[in-house]
Amino acid sequence: MTNTQKTPLYNDHVNLKARMVDFAGWLMPIQYEGLKEEHQYTRQHAGLFDVSHMGEIRVKGPKAVETLQWLTTNDVSTLENGQAHYSLLPNAQGGLVDDIFIYCLAKNEDYLVCVNASNTDKDFAWMTQNNRGADITNESSYWGQIAIQGPKALQLCDEVFAPIKVSEMPRNQIVKGTFEGHAIMIATTGYTGEKGCEVFIEAQGTSALWNRLLGSAQVTAKPIGLGARDTLRTEMKFSLYGHEIDDNSNPYEAGLGWVIKPKAKDFIAKDIIVKAKEEGLKRKLVGLKMLERGIPRQGYELKTAGGEKIGFITSGTHSPTLDEPIGIAYVESSFGAEGTPVFIDIRGKLVKAQVVKTPFVNKG
Amino acid sequence: MGFHVPEDLYYTKEHEWAQVDENIVTVGLTEFAQDQLGEVVYVDLPEEGQKVTQGQTFGVVESVKAVSDLFAPVSGTVIEVNSSLLDDPSSLNDDPNNDGWLVRIEMDSEKELANLLRAPEYKKLISEK
Repeated sequence: MTNTQKTPLYNDHVNLKARMVDFAGWLMPIQYEGLKEEHQYTRQHAGLFDVSHMGEIRVKGPKAVETLQWLTTNDVSTLENGQAHYSLLPNAQGGLVDDIFIYCLAKNEDYLVCVNASNTDKDFAWMTQNNRGADITNESSYWGQIAIQGPKALQLCDEVFAPIKVSEMPRNQIVKGTFEGHAIMIATTGYTGEKGCEVFIEAQGTSALWNRLLGSAQVTAKPIGLGARDTLRTEMKFSLYGHEIDDNSNPYEAGLGWVIKPKAKDFIAKDIIVKAKEEGLKRKLVGLKMLERGIPRQGYELKTAGGEKIGFITSGTHSPTLDEPIGIAYVESSFGAEGTPVFIDIRGKLVKAQVVKTPFVNKG
Repeated sequence: MGFHVPEDLYYTKEHEWAQVDENIVTVGLTEFAQDQLGEVVYVDLPEEGQKVTQGQTFGVVESVKAVSDLFAPVSGTVIEVNSSLLDDPSSLNDDPNNDGWLVRIEMDSEKELANLLRAPEYKKLISEK
């Protein structure tokens, strides 16, 4: 691919002997020493993730809140300075343009929206088209981003970002600072289910920060690839765009009703989204465990014992933490209760599985 | 990277190796293939007595992330299956050329061996990857 983009850490990944792959138009490390080791290292110690490919869209000005209220499902007016929340960008049909994090940098004036890498251009175009008078800019090329996740992550952050006490910041907070003269923003968010933070840093400072985080004498952090990032989020049943959610997803069916605030405000396609819930949801996103040998994979069909199609797998893997296969799937609502047996069509064979409680792993 | 490519084996372009002993062919996955896959967590193999066809899939190996088909190096009948791999596929990573063997096939025709690669050709193939 000729237009593949590189993050500011590309040379660092190559020096660390990462296996690089094309991901959403970006050359990214899929793994360094091995997916399982990296996964377990994050669950037990501290992992560093290059997430510079994620998009950053800034929404500013006196109309920032009004615009974000219209564009997103969660209630932005509840965010105080330095607070963040997870939210959704609905499309006009009641599906999803993307799932996002919104960071309040200055209440009523300045918000940072972090979006999925593959959706950055689409999101920016959508937000601009449906702008209600805010100053919206795509700052994606300006920022590098590193996620630091795991039980030792906050100790590492306290050391590297002193005097900022990251370990004392509540979940979903963001604070501004500097690192070696570069502007940074440290946010206690992340997508692994572990404690930790995500640091936005001016692109040209990203490599220096990455190497500082790897060079700590107190906490040995290891670089973690996209492979483990995906197994970590799957264990938590966190939705990923292109898997659990897409342009046709009803957010209630995806189990994301907790970030939809129809009573608080109006937003794009609110009536369609709420009506679908009131009429009764047709399908439900559930977790699956295998009762027979086999690994569920995205796209495999769910069936009844008689072979009738009742759903499909959105994400599936062998869980490194549990050392057994796990899957996330949409099933018809009547099959969504915990304990319900279902069959997965794996290469033409019906393999028995069961709906189970999620997250698969309790962490953080 | 320096993968061990034994001189006495035959190879498929899809990274299986075949060790020929008269008309019995032992089949495995090459070191290169297991390295590309990462940690193997699941193996699906045929039953004994099943017929396989050269170039067709006869089973599946899965790592945490990826699903890969296994391709038969020769046509014939499966006479033995390495069933220990079903419970513990890790020997596919640890010792792909020995303990990690997959199946033994009684081959129909020696002529098919001419369609397989020898070690120098296979080394060239993986060096280009």
